[in-house]
Amino acid sequence: MSRLLLKGGRLVDPASGHDGPADVLVDDGRVAEVGPELDATGAEVVDCGGLVVCPGLVDLHVHLREPGREDAETIETGSRAAALGGYTAVCPMPNTDPVADNAGVVEMVAARGREVGLVDVFPVGAVTVGQRGSELAELGAMARSAARVDCFSDDGLPIREARLLRLALEYTRAFDAVIADHAQDASLTDGAQMHEGEVSAMLGLAGWPAAAEEMVVARDLLLAELTGGRLHLCHVSTGGAVELVRAAKGRGVRVTAEAAPHHLSLTDEAARSYDPVFKVNPPLREKADVEAVRLGLADGTIDAIATDHAPHAREDKEVEWSTAPPGMLGLETALAVTLTELVGDPAPGARDPQPPIPGPPNREGSPPGSGGAPAVHSPSGYLDLATAIERLTTGPGRCRRVPGHGGPVAPGTPANLAVFDPAATWTVDRARLASRARNTPFHGRELRGRVVHTLLRGAFTVRDGLAQR
Amino acid sequence: MDKHLLSAADLTANDITRVLDTAAHLAKVTDRAIKKVPTLRGRTVCNLFFEDSTRTRISFELAAKRLSADVINFSAKESSVSKGESLKDTAITLEAMGVDAIVIRHGASGAPWRLAEWVEAVVVNAGDGTHEHPTQALLDLYTMRQRFPSFDGLKVAIVGDVLHSRVARSNVLALTTMGAEVTLVAPPTLLPARVETWGAAVSYDLDAVLPKQDVVMMLRVQLERQRAGFFPSLREYARLYGLDARRLDAMADHAIVMHPGPMNRGVEIAAEVADSIERSVIADQVANGISVRMALLYLLLGGPEVVA
Repeated sequence: MSRLLLKGGRLVDPASGHDGPADVLVDDGRVAEVGPELDATGAEVVDCGGLVVCPGLVDLHVHLREPGREDAETIETGSRAAALGGYTAVCPMPNTDPVADNAGVVEMVAARGREVGLVDVFPVGAVTVGQRGSELAELGAMARSAARVDCFSDDGLPIREARLLRLALEYTRAFDAVIADHAQDASLTDGAQMHEGEVSAMLGLAGWPAAAEEMVVARDLLLAELTGGRLHLCHVSTGGAVELVRAAKGRGVRVTAEAAPHHLSLTDEAARSYDPVFKVNPPLREKADVEAVRLGLADGTIDAIATDHAPHAREDKEVEWSTAPPGMLGLETALAVTLTELVGDPAPGARDPQPPIPGPPNREGSPPGSGGAPAVHSPSGYLDLATAIERLTTGPGRCRRVPGHGGPVAPGTPANLAVFDPAATWTVDRARLASRARNTPFHGRELRGRVVHTLLRGAFTVRDGLAQR
Repeated sequence: MDKHLLSAADLTANDITRVLDTAAHLAKVTDRAIKKVPTLRGRTVCNLFFEDSTRTRISFELAAKRLSADVINFSAKESSVSKGESLKDTAITLEAMGVDAIVIRHGASGAPWRLAEWVEAVVVNAGDGTHEHPTQALLDLYTMRQRFPSFDGLKVAIVGDVLHSRVARSNVLALTTMGAEVTLVAPPTLLPARVETWGAAVSYDLDAVLPKQDVVMMLRVQLERQRAGFFPSLREYARLYGLDARRLDAMADHAIVMHPGPMNRGVEIAAEVADSIERSVIADQVANGISVRMALLYLLLGGPEVVA
């Protein structure tokens, strides 16, 4: 494989703490050298001026629908969507048909991911047989399979019985795996359609109260503490849940947590349209919850941004709200939503503020210096760019093992990289998504931050914004 | 007025007054020997009912027929819907047949909003899930206006299963728009989250509320709510929240009793209250429903200047 020089970019590598100009030389699929003004001899030069170079993004939580619902998404289309979003690794959830609750299915998913070759696929295995919540699946067999599963979840169907979760947390200590729980009390959410609050009451839709998430988060944290097992909390969506995780981390519980881009950016107000594209589980919450989840992400209570990418066939979403399945797309918009909603606007001109040019007083009578000067953008974000990238790359790697991903970008490591323009804006058009499904809640939204290149082991999976396969 | 009638929230005070005034004109048609005007001749109205509701469907059917519209009744049970056809396909089919207005009753909250996205025809919400029933609210307001000179400061108690009631939501919206003072009375388990934001007073004590009211509207309580544990028994519910003869006596002399029907006699309303000639306007509500629905179809389908 040829040599490649990513030249003139801003390298943001959370694992090494580097944030600044650096060239990255890639040779034979691996990072060969990182540093200023590297020698380009014998290498193809890729101009990264004005762009950010970072480890390829890692998504802990996706639904690729294969096997079973290939009409909604496949490992191939989902991988392509991921690559276009800057991802080099994704973790598909086991709620497929058949359920990924045995070595055969997880190996099939991983193998199909390798065959497609656009991202590395690290399957999540089911905790219980058929995700039925009655008996443990063969967790050890999945861990020792070729797929080397180290993360188990009954996502979508929370583990109801505390005893079973306790056993899973204990049993998986033998191979240092993590149990990822979808925190939802079933009895409080029977028939629930959206977040319980003022909007659900007005819309006449059955409510999913925040307490139904928080009480299960509290239970899970206590069991993690009891067993010493590793717990990961999926898609934390309420202020109370963030607070519980923060307190548990403070007393040393082995817990990690993720938040989804939609819970960081949208509220239950979106349901007023009755368009089920906004129906998701856990549901879009209130403004105060969004704020709390953002702050949790900023202070590290939440380790990772994970999309919960959930493709649904068009006919499944073009129905009445209560008939539609929950879930929304995320892979192609996660980075841009994060930059737009959470990272201060690095507007051109604000980065290198020019002193006001002294000149004749403005004829319209405004104070000198105000006319014509670029607006000064106060960086009003919740995260700086480096922290945002950490939550999309290295943070996920703290939650489970994703070897070769999440950085550091250092000599000898696999060249799994993303290159993006942090200032470019674009408008989401669902018709142009690579995902087979169309259920993005961000259709028509203008977002800032555009993926330019994605490299998997030194090979372009995306180049100049176009998927290479 | 908007193109469709989806929610009572979309109606201004002027809109509501216009509907009620138009209904008063059209009510005269019903008094004629030949109860029909040619206003909507050549227009087609489809009653698209995914839930059984004989009284609402008949009311809409009579309203459309008295305006000379052609009426199609599309009942989900006897149709392709039972063979798995989606609401969208049903909508496309009706649209292709050139229907001018679709009156929809559906068990899913928000279904009329989905329908309105898929068709050009005028959509009238005839009850969606546990959400709204705006034509019921309008006929209720019409009935109140027959008895009271103004909505301003009119005291209306809505009693019962507010949580699941589309009648309550639409009435609260329309009544507060008109300046009435609404009090919701129910056990706490049958009140929605953050009901305090609705602009209505809330009480758990029917006896404390009753003497102050001009209008007492009883909501139907469904047996399935008891089974789901919202209250312990129908007997206890009737004892605490049912309108019986004793409570009727506690009401002001001028106060009226309303019920959207169908009633559970002996549960939320005692038979002697429902049949009280002085107090009960329940039969008036049914009659007024036709006039109000005539007015709505007339206004939404853009008939010529007021007839009669």
